[in-house]
Amino acid sequence: MKVIRDLFRDYRFALSFCVLCLLLVLAFLAIFSPYDPTLWGVVPRDLKPSWKYLLGTSSKGQDVFWQAAFAVRNSLTISLIAGVVSRLIAVIVGMVAGYRGGLTDRILMFLSDTFLVIPLFLIIVMLAMLVRQMMNLVTLGLLLAIFGWAWDARLIRSQILSLREREFTQTAVLSGTGTLRLVLKEYMPFATPLIFSTLINNMSWAIGMEMTLAVLGLVNMDIPTLGTMLQWAISYQAMLLGYWWWILTPVVLAILLFVALYWLSVSISEYLDPRTRLQRVGAQ
Amino acid sequence: MAFIRRYLIPRLIQYVLVIFLGVTAVFIIPRLTPTDPIAHTIAQIRSQGAYLDPATVDQFIQDLKELYGLEGSMWDQYVALWRRLFRGDFGVSFFQFPTPVSVLVGRALPWTVGLLLTTTVMSWVLGNIIGGLAGYFSRKRWAQALDFTAMVIRPLPYYIFAFTLLLLLGYVVRLFPIAGGAEIGRRPEFSWPYIKSVLWHSFLPALSLTILGGTMWFQTMKLIVQNVNAESFVQYAKLGGVKESIIVSKYVIRNAMLPQVTALGLALGQIFSGALITEIVFSYPGLGTLLYNAVITGDYNLIMGITILSIVAITTAILALDLLYPLFDPRVRYR
Repeated sequence: MKVIRDLFRDYRFALSFCVLCLLLVLAFLAIFSPYDPTLWGVVPRDLKPSWKYLLGTSSKGQDVFWQAAFAVRNSLTISLIAGVVSRLIAVIVGMVAGYRGGLTDRILMFLSDTFLVIPLFLIIVMLAMLVRQMMNLVTLGLLLAIFGWAWDARLIRSQILSLREREFTQTAVLSGTGTLRLVLKEYMPFATPLIFSTLINNMSWAIGMEMTLAVLGLVNMDIPTLGTMLQWAISYQAMLLGYWWWILTPVVLAILLFVALYWLSVSISEYLDPRTRLQRVGAQ
Repeated sequence: MAFIRRYLIPRLIQYVLVIFLGVTAVFIIPRLTPTDPIAHTIAQIRSQGAYLDPATVDQFIQDLKELYGLEGSMWDQYVALWRRLFRGDFGVSFFQFPTPVSVLVGRALPWTVGLLLTTTVMSWVLGNIIGGLAGYFSRKRWAQALDFTAMVIRPLPYYIFAFTLLLLLGYVVRLFPIAGGAEIGRRPEFSWPYIKSVLWHSFLPALSLTILGGTMWFQTMKLIVQNVNAESFVQYAKLGGVKESIIVSKYVIRNAMLPQVTALGLALGQIFSGALITEIVFSYPGLGTLLYNAVITGDYNLIMGITILSIVAITTAILALDLLYPLFDPRVRYR
């Protein structure tokens, strides 16, 4: 409880927490949507926001509010799949490299260096072009997961490297603890905060990547996400025609989501790092 | 000698290996997926309404196989790819047939390089100067205001930030042109009106790249300077009455610059892919727009060409920085 109270003292945490909660509520509202999000022409077209249609309607004949609810839900789903799966890869690579050391370490780190250097965006575009026919939320999430682990594996490795040198490692090994048990029981608690904060950053990256792929038309345009919603608005010239409610909804939602995720991760990692926590207390 | 063996050789090996892995990945990826690029291309041409009789299709398949480098066994294809790359031959574009990929890329490259080089350098310099000052005077109100702004801008991806700028400055306040690289109908020439037109059109893309890149440099520089500032040797110099300007230039900046120089190399890689999207948003006639058209038309050869080229460009940039690094950091030289 004290942890949560301390965290809420940081205005950034409090604010981003509230915004994320609102967005989550919006995402869950999608269950109660009166319309099927993939159908066109279910409501009159190009209406301004009103009490009946909270955020107006689009040129496709869809209610922008309910589209937005589905878009937030689907974008979060993609980013969660990408984030969790790439965390699994990052944890395994980071822990094996950090604990085994030697040649294994060098090979794995060379691999992650390669991933850091190569223009991943172009490789993702190439892959997405080839699997375009079977693109859905899960495949897109997995595709992004393959490419999102390299930097975080490095972070986890460096933490394991320092843990390996501590005394309790020797005590555990000498008293006959198995490697797997040592890593899972003793190291995991130290690595968990790091894994969590990289998860948030990675989710934000995945949402941005999805929007970028949507510009190129490389995702399934029938599934409403923040990216496809914006892309439809652009392709119907919503800006020139003055349908601001249609184009601003995905843009504002995306900005809120990105800023909230970033502030959440910054405030949590600052809280976890006692040095910056002291600095902040000292500055206030 | 020890320097060459322990510093130079591993980096050269890594350089060659990364390019090798990257090109191999570009070779393998299309072959892993179940879709047949040739069937895909023919289906696409048919869907655009062209009628093809069977004899033409056979001829076409043969031509495409040759073009894609799909003749012979996997190994033959792989060797052929490398042989072509060493000649600087990336094949021909499909949808602007018989124009070679290298010509198309060569036409787009000056635009992208011009935009990128200016914005990368500008954002690096500005971000570091402002960040350094904000870090040194971190208690001042303006520094905290800048810090807050950075906290809002930093998490936005290139695409969303560029698009928001375009909405604000191109549509709401009609300050800047919303698309293109120069006025339509103006012939490229070395004259002031043409240059002015190019600068005017590239202002928004450059602004978005500079602000977003600069924010990143600002944040890291501010943090580093704050940390160096808290080191005991700086406190000691202050207590000893060393002039503030000397503390800043000799002690703080010199220590803070090192990680920033290294990070410049890594940033080149990320900015490269980010800039592609920026170009698409502003319809700027560089590599990004070329890539966009290639994706829309399914021009696989062109995408392969752009990808391989950027792999080589980025790894070379990083190698060059690695080789220059000992000039900045004496510790590397004497290890």
